Amino acid sequence: MAELLTINGLDCFYGEVQVLHGLDLVLNKGEVLCLLGRNGAGKTTTLKAIMGLVPAAAGSISLEGRELSTLAAHEVPKAGVAYVPQGRRLFAEMTVAENIEIGLMARGKGQATREAVLDLFPRLRERLRQRSGTLSGGEQQMLAMARALCLEPQVLLLDEPTEGLMPSMIEKIRETVAKLRGLGVSTILVEQRVEAVLAVADRVAFVENGRNRETMTAEALRADPAAVKRYVGVG
Amino acid sequence: MAFGPHLLLATLEGLVTAAVLALTALGLSLVFGVMRIVNVAHGEFFMLGAVLAWAVATALGTHPAIGFVAALIVAPLVVGAVALLSERLVLRRLNYDPEATIVATIGLLYIIQQLALSLYGPEARPVTPPFSYRVLLPWFGYSGYKLSIIAASALLLVATWLVLTRTRIGLVMRATQYDREMAQAFAIPVERVYAGVFALGAMLAAFAAVLIVPISQAHYLMGQDPLLLSFIVVIIGGLGSLRGTVVAALLIGLSDGIVSMFFSPTLAKLIATLVVAMVLVFRPQGLFGTAAR
Repeated sequence: MAELLTINGLDCFYGEVQVLHGLDLVLNKGEVLCLLGRNGAGKTTTLKAIMGLVPAAAGSISLEGRELSTLAAHEVPKAGVAYVPQGRRLFAEMTVAENIEIGLMARGKGQATREAVLDLFPRLRERLRQRSGTLSGGEQQMLAMARALCLEPQVLLLDEPTEGLMPSMIEKIRETVAKLRGLGVSTILVEQRVEAVLAVADRVAFVENGRNRETMTAEALRADPAAVKRYVGVG
Repeated sequence: MAFGPHLLLATLEGLVTAAVLALTALGLSLVFGVMRIVNVAHGEFFMLGAVLAWAVATALGTHPAIGFVAALIVAPLVVGAVALLSERLVLRRLNYDPEATIVATIGLLYIIQQLALSLYGPEARPVTPPFSYRVLLPWFGYSGYKLSIIAASALLLVATWLVLTRTRIGLVMRATQYDREMAQAFAIPVERVYAGVFALGAMLAAFAAVLIVPISQAHYLMGQDPLLLSFIVVIIGGLGSLRGTVVAALLIGLSDGIVSMFFSPTLAKLIATLVVAMVLVFRPQGLFGTAAR
C-alpha cells in the first residue's frame, strides 16, 4: 500500500518535558492504524503533533509529501486531516447543527457533505436543534465523528472513541470506522481496549516512552498475544 | 415636581447611563469571553473615542450633525485600528497569557492616556449635539438627543447579538471562546479572531464614547469611570455573557439614575459596590455567566 502520512524522528515537548523521542510512524492509504501503549506513552501527543496543536521540536510529518509540521495549526485541517479528540470536546454550548456547521466551514464543504454525514449518523438528524452538551455520551461521540467527517478528510485521527461508551455504541463506532475505510478514509486510532483494536485495525503500532517500538499487522498480533503484554502490560 | 414624573425623569437618566454602559461593558466582556484577557486599557479606548469625536467634529467645522455623524464613523474605526495594532504588537507577542496581558494593558493604558494628554491637552472640551430637539412630555421636556442615545445603543446591542448568534462570524467567535484548541483543529485562525474581537471591543467603547460626549465632555482622564463601571457590570452579569451585560448595565444604570436623584450619588455607588461584593461571594461567575471549566 502507498504511504499517505509519514512521521520521521518526531520530538515533542510539553514545556521542559520531552514526550516524543524520535517517533517514526507510517500510515498507508486506506488503512486503519492503531496506536497501543500505556498511559503517558505519547499516543495522544502524536495525534496532537500531527494536528499542529503540539509543536514539533524536531523531525517531520508529511502528508503525501507535503510537510505539515511547519504549518500553522489552523492550516492542518485544510490539508485534509481531521481530529476527534479524547473526551469529544464538542462545542457544548452550541447546537448539534452548529457543531456540524463548524466542521463544514473548515474546508468549505456544503449541503451534500452535510447530508452524507447525517446519513452515517441518522440519530443526529433528529437532534439538530439540541444543545450538544445535553446529548448522551454515545450521541456526543457520534457528533464528534460527524463534525470531523464534515471535512471529508483523507486522514482521520481518533483518540479513544469508545471510552466510556455502552457496548452497542462501541459496536456502532467500530462499524463506522470500517465503513470509512471502505470509503477510502485512512484512520489512526488510539485505543486502550485490545479486542476493539483487533476488530478493526489493519496494523498496530506499539508506542512506549515516546517511541514506536514495533509495528505489526493485526493478524501477526493475534498470533503473538505476548506483544500486547510486552508493551501495554496486559494480555 | 410630583413623585411620578420625578421617578420617570430619574429612570430616563438611568437608561441613558445604562445604554452607554452596556455598550462599553459589552466590549470588555467580549474581549474577556473570547480571549480570556482582562483589558485594563478598555477605558482608554473609550476616552480615545471621545477625544477623536471632538477632533473630527472640530476639524470639519460644519453643521454639528455632519460633524457628529463623521465622528460616529471615524472615531470607532481609528480606535479599532489602534486596538489592532496593540493586539499585534503587544498581546500576540505575549501569547495572550492572562497574567502578562494584565500588566501589558496597564502599560497600554498609560501610553494612550499620556499620548492624549500630550496631543489633546488637559482641557475638557465639549462636542455640540447633532440636534437639540426636546420631547415634550406632559410633566417636563426631555432631551431628544438623550433618547436617541438609548435607541442607538439598543440597536447596536441587538446588531451585536444577531452577529454573535446568527452569522458565521459569530459562530467562529463562539467556537474560539469555548475551546481555542478545537477551534484551531477546525481551521479557525484563532489569532485573527482574537485581533478582530479586540478591535470590536475597542470600537464598541469608542462608539459609546461618541454617543455620550455631546452631553458630557472629552477629557484625557475620562476613561477611568467607564472602566470601573464596566468591570462592575461584567462581574455582575458574568464575563462573556451578552444578556448578563445588558441586564447588569440596566441594573447599575437605573439604580445610579434613581438613587442619585432621590438620595445621593454616593449611595448609588455604595449600592453598586455592595451588589458586586454579594455576586462575588454567592455567584462568582456572575448572574448569567457559566462556572469556569
